[in-house]
Amino acid sequence: MTTVELVRARPPSRVGLGWAFFERQTNLWKRYWAWEVVWLVYGVVNTLAITFIANEAGRSATVPKGEIPRLTMFLLIGTLVWAYLSAILDDMSLTIMWERWEGTIEHTLMAPVPRVVHLIGMSVFGVIHALLRTILIMVCALPFFDVQLAGADWLTAAVVIAVGSVSLVGLGILAGILPLLYPERGEQMSFMVQALVLLVSGVYYSVAVLPGWLQAVSAFSPATYLLRGIRDALLNGTALNDEAGLVGILALFGVVLVPASLIVFGVAERWAKKTGRLKRQG
Amino acid sequence: MHPHDARPIGPPAGPAPAAAPLPLEVTGITKVFRTKRRGPFSRRKTGPPRKRAALDSVSFKVPEGEIYGILGANGSGKSTLIRILCTLLLPDRGQVRVFGHDVAKEPAAVRPLLNRVSVDPSFFKPLSALENLLFFGRAYGIDGPEVRRKSKEILHRLGIDDEHMREPMLHLSRGQQQKVAVARAFLSAPRLMLLDEPTTGLDPRSKREVQAFITEVRRETQTTILLTTHDMDEAEQLCDRMGFLSGGRLVAEGTPLELRKQVAAGRSLEEVDMETVFLELTGRSIEEDEDEDEAENEGSAGPEEVAD
Repeated sequence: MTTVELVRARPPSRVGLGWAFFERQTNLWKRYWAWEVVWLVYGVVNTLAITFIANEAGRSATVPKGEIPRLTMFLLIGTLVWAYLSAILDDMSLTIMWERWEGTIEHTLMAPVPRVVHLIGMSVFGVIHALLRTILIMVCALPFFDVQLAGADWLTAAVVIAVGSVSLVGLGILAGILPLLYPERGEQMSFMVQALVLLVSGVYYSVAVLPGWLQAVSAFSPATYLLRGIRDALLNGTALNDEAGLVGILALFGVVLVPASLIVFGVAERWAKKTGRLKRQG
Repeated sequence: MHPHDARPIGPPAGPAPAAAPLPLEVTGITKVFRTKRRGPFSRRKTGPPRKRAALDSVSFKVPEGEIYGILGANGSGKSTLIRILCTLLLPDRGQVRVFGHDVAKEPAAVRPLLNRVSVDPSFFKPLSALENLLFFGRAYGIDGPEVRRKSKEILHRLGIDDEHMREPMLHLSRGQQQKVAVARAFLSAPRLMLLDEPTTGLDPRSKREVQAFITEVRRETQTTILLTTHDMDEAEQLCDRMGFLSGGRLVAEGTPLELRKQVAAGRSLEEVDMETVFLELTGRSIEEDEDEDEAENEGSAGPEEVAD
């Protein structure tokens, strides 16, 4: 009989533990590359379908011809930022839902990994994955439109995306709570939350067109400031100094949302453990 | 006398030091589930939620190096007990200590010390066995190359070849998946192993291989093992001591010999098999399902709160 030598686990580094989740998501992504193609095609078609509205506005003279390139960029930025944001939220909620259905959630939650490392590891993958997918959508969509980016301030745009992504990590962790508690309906419930963010954040229109009470709600969505900052940078060429206030608001969202989402996830996990909700479903 | 009864009880290499905390100490554990209220469009009438004690004041201790069996029918509370031990379910009353750490209050201290094989081999099915083990090994702080080396070693021992290790797990049989689950649990070399019906649904050969592996690891590493099963032969073959769980209560406990003696009543011990012992001590057959799982599947909720 072969002797099996076992090595006792030792205290691991947090980076190593976080890498476990990043690597697992990457392996899953490689196995499901065909789905990635489907989502890419959907993203490109969605971007084109919405941005062509600008061309229609020009053709029917609804908008002065000189404003068409600006409207095109406005819609293009909206669709791309939305693709980015929804990919992050989807990654988190789908992974938790998947773990519920496969039953691995119990093994994941009983592993000696601090929850903050677990969730941040998944979120880092979600952000990089969403960024790559959005860049690909942009590369595929740009040739269809006459886009003028000569006056764009790319540094401002990059800083706004980087800082804004931290708050999106917080939203992603919150999106993962619903499938944790409600494996059958949680994903649909997280779509509902996404739809609310879509409505109030000025993705395809300025928040100024919303009724007053919805404008008030929009102030609590980090996506509102993310979109405004990117549009300011790419449409108006706003310098980073002039966007310091907006970047500060985005940073504040990150500072508040990430710890808050971790605390809420912890409360939800404890409630799930109290009520026996972690048992395999599926 | 059953051959196993001649075996000394407890760790093969002698007892643990007196001051050392026990690997497992369960004291008065109680867990009550309630069925959920029905939704607004349900045709079933809403009424007071049904309460059921999945575990009722269960207490026992397991010393270092012992294999302790919990025997009970489906739904008797075995899986609920395992979930509490591995920090996935909070008890309503009572305390569980793993090497001195309270599982409810110090889960972070408990988790590195234990691992678990569940009756369902839960994995990311599109990933291969090695990819799954790589994730779970890393989650226990083992380096990637070390995980790969150990995984192959354990899987080879369990009869999984290199080709099957690299296939998506959805292509593996139920028995092969369960062997990977055993490998996952032993990969982190836990000091306390929780085996929740690890051989249920396996073909006889796979069952023997898994049982042999458990025996070998126990002998070489002195891992303390809690085994839940409703397979009497398996329990007698592997366990030093066992407890009978019925209706959420631990109704009897002892070595196989002690349990036989309790019901022998003048009969020769060879005439008293474990199924008879179980029947006489619990008042029900081990094949008779209880309704714990039904209660949980309907949507369990804690004692203070009703779900949905």
